[in-house]
Amino acid sequence: MNQHYDVVVVGAGPAGLNAARAAAQAGARVAVFDDNPRVGGQVWRQGPRHAPQAPLREVHAALQGLPDVTLLSSVRVVGLLAPRALLVESAEHGGMRVSYGQLILATGARERLLPFAGWTLPGVTGAGALQALIKGGTPVRGERIVIAGSGPLLLASLATARAAGAQVVAVVEQASASSLTRFVASLTATPSKLLQAAQLTRGFAGLRYWTGSVVREARGAGRVEQVTILRGERQITLACDRIACGYGLVPNVTLAQALGCALDERGAVRVDDRQRTSVEGVLAAGECTGIGGMELARVEGEIAGHVVSGATPDLSTLRVQRSRWQRFAQRVEDTFAPGEAARALPSDDTVLCRCEDVTIGEVRVCREWRDAKLHTRCGMGACQGRVCGAAARTYFGWQTTQPRPPFHPAQIGTLIQAVDHEPASTE
Amino acid sequence: MSSRTGERVRLTIDARTVEVEAGTLVVAALVIAGLRGTRTSVNGQPRAALCGMGICQECRVTIDGRAHALACQTACRDGQIIQTTGPA
Repeated sequence: MNQHYDVVVVGAGPAGLNAARAAAQAGARVAVFDDNPRVGGQVWRQGPRHAPQAPLREVHAALQGLPDVTLLSSVRVVGLLAPRALLVESAEHGGMRVSYGQLILATGARERLLPFAGWTLPGVTGAGALQALIKGGTPVRGERIVIAGSGPLLLASLATARAAGAQVVAVVEQASASSLTRFVASLTATPSKLLQAAQLTRGFAGLRYWTGSVVREARGAGRVEQVTILRGERQITLACDRIACGYGLVPNVTLAQALGCALDERGAVRVDDRQRTSVEGVLAAGECTGIGGMELARVEGEIAGHVVSGATPDLSTLRVQRSRWQRFAQRVEDTFAPGEAARALPSDDTVLCRCEDVTIGEVRVCREWRDAKLHTRCGMGACQGRVCGAAARTYFGWQTTQPRPPFHPAQIGTLIQAVDHEPASTE
Repeated sequence: MSSRTGERVRLTIDARTVEVEAGTLVVAALVIAGLRGTRTSVNGQPRAALCGMGICQECRVTIDGRAHALACQTACRDGQIIQTTGPA
């Protein structure tokens, strides 16, 4: 199947949906692809007991009211086809070749998941992952949960877990108490964030909220039964059924890198003040251009949508908003960047690459990422290093490579769709 | 995409039948069915969903005969058949 659109948006979170709306309102024929079964991305994730939030309902309804918008869920971009075309796989329609006039990347972010002893046990998930799993219908009522890692996401996860009836026995934050105090004081610059923090931490009294602390080990027979936490110098062991641990977010830049878009020093897609990447016809918005939160993603998406449509409305108000949320993002990054304890290398027998069961000990003797891949198969499995690569960057400071096409496991039938077209770029 | 609250769907997971609320993800249905994991790793260890958002591939299962489908990115449907390679 061949399709052509003026504008293709990859990702249906706050950035992608707002980009699509602005572009379609200006008359462009727009398609939005997202790999999840429902629109909203991670921050606006819906589920059987989680109705769409108001801002999602509003933008989704607007898109459905526009004649030239195609919203396709459960669609993955598998590869690139020259020129200006993607090979995608849809759960519903199978393989498709999709060409575009302009492309907006709104591919979001994933959690930075750092290994610790026992982290492969069922019951260990990311912190944001816990929230996603609960929203997807995973029952946690009565379960004892330890939420750990770093950043505001821990509090969002806490609120979701409690609302679902879980007993959150501790929140373990690696950032120090003093840097958190400074961060909370700075929230007066963004009153809506202060209100959000107050809502998420309602009933905080009685909860163990441990700063300057990290998870060291999970133990259990076949699934999580205990967690050991390093709190300052002390080791503390707690009984629990789940450990939800994530150290902030990393931008999803696989597609951007395959297209040849330049990245910035933080590993995010580099964009100018009109959200244009270094590649002609490719724009980017939201978390893939730097971790900044939902408000920033919405504004960036709207700017990108205006820019692709060729309309030149006054963007100055949006730019002021963007600067404001960028400053907030910088404060978040300064507060929650993984410190020494979080970056301490786990024991040699800890699995680093979960796809190929390669340990820290096997990888740390390698010179660099490519060496590790060739000698140990680290990063060569189904996730193509999306998890262990981010960990290797954190531990060893290595430059890691991005996944190659097919970017995700794909059906032969999808790959056959690509036959008439030479790939635009492979590594 | 959306489903009415309260509507139920029935699916089969490793020969067990389980009924869940419409809109539930397969990864949640596995837990509801009492499974402890989704797959067995290269070295024979049990694994379950880690990232919950289509990145880590730990939750891959066979859905209606299609191998390597991600349970965290698939909604339950009536009559669906799921096969895992994880611990019973």
